[in-house]
Amino acid sequence: MKINNYVKVSSVEEAYSILEGNSKAAIIAGGAWLRLTPTEVDEAVDLSGLGLDSIDVVDGFVEIGSMTTLRQVEKSDIVKALCNGIVCTAVEKIMGVTVRNIATIGGTISGKYGFSDLITPLMVLDTELEFYKRGRVSLVEFMDETAKSGDILLKVRIPMKEGRGWYETIKITAIDFPILNAAVTRIDGKTKIAVGSRPYKAVLAEMAMAYVDTCGKHDADCAERAAATAAAEIKFGSNSRGSAAYRKKLCEALVKRGLREVMS
Amino acid sequence: MFRVSGPAQGHKSIPGGGMMKYVNYERPSIDGKGLMMGKPGYTDDLAEQNSLIVKVLRSPHAFARIKSIDKSKAEALEGVELVLTYEDFKRIPVTRAGQGYPEPSPHDKFVLDNFVRHVGDEVAAVAAIDRETAEKALELLVVDYEVLEPVLDFEKAYENKTIIHDEPEIHEMFPIGFEPKKNVAAAYLMHVGNVEKSLKECDTVVETTFYTQAQAHTMMEPHTVNARMDYTGRLVLYSSTQTPFHTRRIVAEALSYPMSKIRVIKPRVGGGFGGKQCVHGEMLVSAVTLRTGKPSKMVYTRQEVFESTFSRHPMRFDIKLGAMKDGTLKAIDVEVLSDTGAYGEHALTVFMVAGSKVFPLYNKVDSIRFGGKVVYTNRTPAGAFRGYGAIQGNYALESAVDVLCHKIGMSPVEFRQKNMIQEGETSPIFEIMGEGTEGTAMIMETCKLDYCIERGMELIDWNSKYPRKDMGNGKVRGVGMAIAMQGSGIPYIDMGSAMIKLNDDGFFNLMVGATEIGQGSDTILAQIAAESLGVHPDKIVIYSSDSDLTPFDTGAYASSTTYVSGNAVIKASEKMKQMIIEEGAHALKVPVEGTDFDGDTISHGDKSISLRDLSNRLYYNEDQKQLVAVDSYVGTKSPPPFMAGFAEVEVDTETGQVELMDYVAVVDCGTTISPNLAKGQVEGGLVQGIGMTLYEDVVYSNSGRMITNNMMTYRIPTRKEIKKIQVEFAESYESSGPFGAKSVGEIGIDTPPAAITNAIYNATGVRINSLPVTGEKILTGIMKTRQEGDKK
Amino acid sequence: MKVRLKVNGENKVFDVKADEYLLDTLRKNNYVSVRRGCDNTSCGVCTVLVDGAPVASCSYLACRTEGKEVTTVEGIPEEAAKIADCFGREGADQCGYCNPSMALTIYAMKKELVNPTDDDIRSYLVGNLCRCSGYQGQHRAIKAYLEVE
Repeated sequence: MKINNYVKVSSVEEAYSILEGNSKAAIIAGGAWLRLTPTEVDEAVDLSGLGLDSIDVVDGFVEIGSMTTLRQVEKSDIVKALCNGIVCTAVEKIMGVTVRNIATIGGTISGKYGFSDLITPLMVLDTELEFYKRGRVSLVEFMDETAKSGDILLKVRIPMKEGRGWYETIKITAIDFPILNAAVTRIDGKTKIAVGSRPYKAVLAEMAMAYVDTCGKHDADCAERAAATAAAEIKFGSNSRGSAAYRKKLCEALVKRGLREVMS
Repeated sequence: MFRVSGPAQGHKSIPGGGMMKYVNYERPSIDGKGLMMGKPGYTDDLAEQNSLIVKVLRSPHAFARIKSIDKSKAEALEGVELVLTYEDFKRIPVTRAGQGYPEPSPHDKFVLDNFVRHVGDEVAAVAAIDRETAEKALELLVVDYEVLEPVLDFEKAYENKTIIHDEPEIHEMFPIGFEPKKNVAAAYLMHVGNVEKSLKECDTVVETTFYTQAQAHTMMEPHTVNARMDYTGRLVLYSSTQTPFHTRRIVAEALSYPMSKIRVIKPRVGGGFGGKQCVHGEMLVSAVTLRTGKPSKMVYTRQEVFESTFSRHPMRFDIKLGAMKDGTLKAIDVEVLSDTGAYGEHALTVFMVAGSKVFPLYNKVDSIRFGGKVVYTNRTPAGAFRGYGAIQGNYALESAVDVLCHKIGMSPVEFRQKNMIQEGETSPIFEIMGEGTEGTAMIMETCKLDYCIERGMELIDWNSKYPRKDMGNGKVRGVGMAIAMQGSGIPYIDMGSAMIKLNDDGFFNLMVGATEIGQGSDTILAQIAAESLGVHPDKIVIYSSDSDLTPFDTGAYASSTTYVSGNAVIKASEKMKQMIIEEGAHALKVPVEGTDFDGDTISHGDKSISLRDLSNRLYYNEDQKQLVAVDSYVGTKSPPPFMAGFAEVEVDTETGQVELMDYVAVVDCGTTISPNLAKGQVEGGLVQGIGMTLYEDVVYSNSGRMITNNMMTYRIPTRKEIKKIQVEFAESYESSGPFGAKSVGEIGIDTPPAAITNAIYNATGVRINSLPVTGEKILTGIMKTRQEGDKK
Repeated sequence: MKVRLKVNGENKVFDVKADEYLLDTLRKNNYVSVRRGCDNTSCGVCTVLVDGAPVASCSYLACRTEGKEVTTVEGIPEEAAKIADCFGREGADQCGYCNPSMALTIYAMKKELVNPTDDDIRSYLVGNLCRCSGYQGQHRAIKAYLEVE
């Protein structure tokens, strides 16, 4: 990435006005993927002076500042307490510590990266995002949007609820991008299923989730049928890591496992 | 300070009497600490501060003719010193392969040509004051290409209407089957006995096809070269290379520059594995420095290392094995197609090793036929890579052997024990197949395969795990094995030499051409000198790989350093020892007969003089002379190291994903000069072999662009993939080797492909016929097997 | 732009471009132990410590180091020597190219983790690749250094 000017802002307003005023300005979050981004940025905005890097409990929500590093998220006991710690399980499998000490939760979510191991579990935890101008929006809704936003992500909020969670990612080597990943939770009697790295960005398996709600018994049979539904409703693609057909089979195997785990 | 480790090491005695003091003992390497602490030593660390930066414009097309290059804008850019295109060079074809002269590789590469033959091939070079200016200058070059239809499938290369090498000047150095008009870089055919007849007489014949993929060395240090003119007008190159002497010769040839005016120095190298057994940036960097008079340097980006250096030859093996009911292997028939990419470096020799370092394992067959072609394609050129054909050949043969075993219902262990080569035996292959030419007959003075297999079975607990174990949770485990051999240098071709000089104060300089690239050659050659001279290793200061100051060595390849360079060190050391005894006797005024040197003191009866005093006397006081001993060694044979490899895998039958649970390697490499460094060589080789089997793949797009051209998409094993490796050495003493040593650099890499795929077959019934293994291939295989089972 | 930081305990002022990476800044200023390997965070060979945390310097903007403390292996000579001794005893040192970055990460791990298991060690170091050694000798050496059984 080519950067002409670098500004460490002292307020969110300052950051926003730079972005508004210059279409070639951008926020540099952690910067872990700068080497892979071949664009030219006229003004790079650094939010690291704004105290957006803490993890707190506020009004029954876990609030993670957007500049919190993945490593901080991974080591947080507060985050680990959510649904069998699936967010931490997912994050600790991303690259190595030398990347996780740089990459931020805000950068990862804003990028809507298909290869993300972080976004998938967040999708099944009723995660909310808090933006500077726009206010709050659900992560699921944000991921669905295609328009580029000039807004600034401030916080990631996860409701603290009792529940069970399961996460698995299939990789060729430990620091590779996933071939596929999946997260399943059961919270307040509701089941949520997300599949990511398809290689596209993570999505909820809505029809499979709806099917589970209709199951009289939450047994192996229910899990199997729900998994088949998820594999059928979700779209997969092919790349050098695997074919769409293989991802489909993986989806079925993973979702079945996840459901059996949270339903037992 | 000295610690003995492992069940097979310890106080090794030398047959004929005596105990070894420094060889086969643990000693920390001489260079590890300084490097760990960050001391500069690699090529880029030594570049002059004001070096011109050389950057290369590389072809975006797999095959194209350069119609014109307009360099005017680039040349006009402030800070650009020089722009070079094909118009700036005389057309002299060379081979970049670091091999002995005359090379068995075709001379088919120009410094710059008006054709580009793979994505990443050199188009033009720019030298500028800094990297940004050089990169900007590249963008200002205007190149008009005539894009041509590339050949991207090696199975369609032969006699393809696209001819990749049509240049009139290219040639072979001696007959290697070079037919460029048919896209053939080399061809080979040999036979022992009559394979058609043998197969007809066999009770069982199996016929299978195997494919191996291109693999990238992915050494941590990218290729780097610095050049400067010294104050006597000589060109001095610092290069991250495995072959400094070959580099000097090839650069001289390519640039028509006298060899006597070129000096090549090899600094510390951050890994090679064959990927630096070649000329890389030296020709262009030399041209820049010669023409500008200024120091210049080139550091390959990681993308350039992937696309524009070399990878392993992908191959297809069509293999037929014939055996009798009682398990006697009678016939081996193998046809190979090898893909050498855009240029023919190491084409013939890698091809031949795919046979010559595999077939002798089954030396009692009636007939063998081995032949095929090496074809050009418009892909990144293939070159030398640890194993050098043996890993590909081993995968094919050792997998086919298991296929045969299952067909005749014989245990794969029993079959190998019945048919494999034993100590004291020979194989006709040794005489017929050398490296590019005929070979050298030899009898196996040492071959501990029988012990290696038995011990390996113990370590992996073969008897209770073979063939498979259902773990009950959708996962199933299996074990598999393979045996392997390699060589120790190339007989009558690889030469190494050593020079020892006695200093005042009684210490020695040991100068060797042998090339330390991280394998520990500096450390073990100093150990060998210490052992031969009988002095403490702290008294040996080793300096290596400087074409002006060190004597010749072919370089770090063909597993030659311990055996060839080590023997040269022994010969030179023995000469030096004799000189010390003579001078000592002279100083003591006693006869040489009956004078001894114990490493510290020269003595005769009750008269003695310390080495230290003698050396000072020789420098300053009386009978002044400089004691220097030099000697060389060329092998008259190439005693193979042997190995038995055992793999335990766990397959998840729902996802097809496979995990390697355990890998056992029992190695016969003769004496281990340094047991821990030898272990490191085996472990390192194993993990590269495991990488080729399970994780690594060089992948191209449909237009010939390398997709896996960075370390995010090209995956080498991390430490999480390697759960458990057990390496042990057999007690073995090869008398022709230095203190009983053979070689250990390559043998570790050969067995994983067959051992692991054999284990996967035993676990799941799925035979993987093409590398790498993927979860997708296994799951597809499992579902197919299930469907076929359901049909029954 | 100018950045004021500490390198190995010494106050430094570097003149850097907005898009300059810490790897290039450090090498330009003679910290040659920090190496270039892959240009995209995959190999770990460029690892340095920033405020004690291991980061990939090839992707860390130099201007981000304002007010921070950077440590290269030249800044931990006693620990690096101890780690080198452990590697030497296991024959785990081969080409040496990855070793300085490895030493820094191992040192950071020793300070961060208490009684790590084999898996903890492998996970912490997973981003520091080695192509020469096959990791086994390194693992034995690291355990010796951590004095963990």
